[in-house]
Amino acid sequence: MKLTLRYFASIREGLMISSEEWETQARTLSELRVELSARDAVYAAHLSMHRPVRMAINQVMASGEEQLVDRAEVAFFPPVTGG
Amino acid sequence: MDIVRIQEQSFAIHDLIDELLDSDPTVGAVVSFLGIAREMNVGTKVLNLWLEHYPGMTENSIRGMVEEARSRFQIQRIGVIHRFGHFQPTDPIVGVVVTSSHRAEAFSACQFLMDYLKVHAPFWKKEVTPDGSRWVDARHSDDDAAKKWGIDPQS
Repeated sequence: MKLTLRYFASIREGLMISSEEWETQARTLSELRVELSARDAVYAAHLSMHRPVRMAINQVMASGEEQLVDRAEVAFFPPVTGG
Repeated sequence: MDIVRIQEQSFAIHDLIDELLDSDPTVGAVVSFLGIAREMNVGTKVLNLWLEHYPGMTENSIRGMVEEARSRFQIQRIGVIHRFGHFQPTDPIVGVVVTSSHRAEAFSACQFLMDYLKVHAPFWKKEVTPDGSRWVDARHSDDDAAKKWGIDPQS
């Protein structure tokens, strides 16, 4: 399925990209994260399962077990620090 | 009507209070919280601050928090203003105002909203210090505050 990936804050800066289109076989957010971490050392450094990464599907915060849907907007970002 | 505004420009908390009160004679209590850009953070002087957010998700997530507050507390109206962009120390960042018949529900709802917003609203602070700039790390104490309301900080 096709996804739009979006990155924010330190992850956006680290990957030097704010969004990209991505074709995936992954079924869940965690599977997608593992797949992206395997792309290269930079993705691994920012998205590896050891990092405190938060995720959202179609602009709603979601856990790793959440199922992906075709054409979804998937976001990766560090724990939020507003307020 | 509740108010949720995500904006770059500054605001005055008393204007938000007046707007929510709107001469409603049933209101007996107003509780407000104003979050301000500090000059010091984790022992370092902060020259200025940049707040990034996730347009669209920011407003939707805060509207969801307002709905959740309504389902938990007996309150009249809620107003939330959260800014993004550049800040100097002493600038207002976030304002939350709750009106209700009695104070206890207003106090609780205001604290709930801030505790929820701290762990779920997609904003990120970057500080400029004399040693360079750095992204602010999330605090465990904020996660703990959210968990007291049954909020999972991770999803």
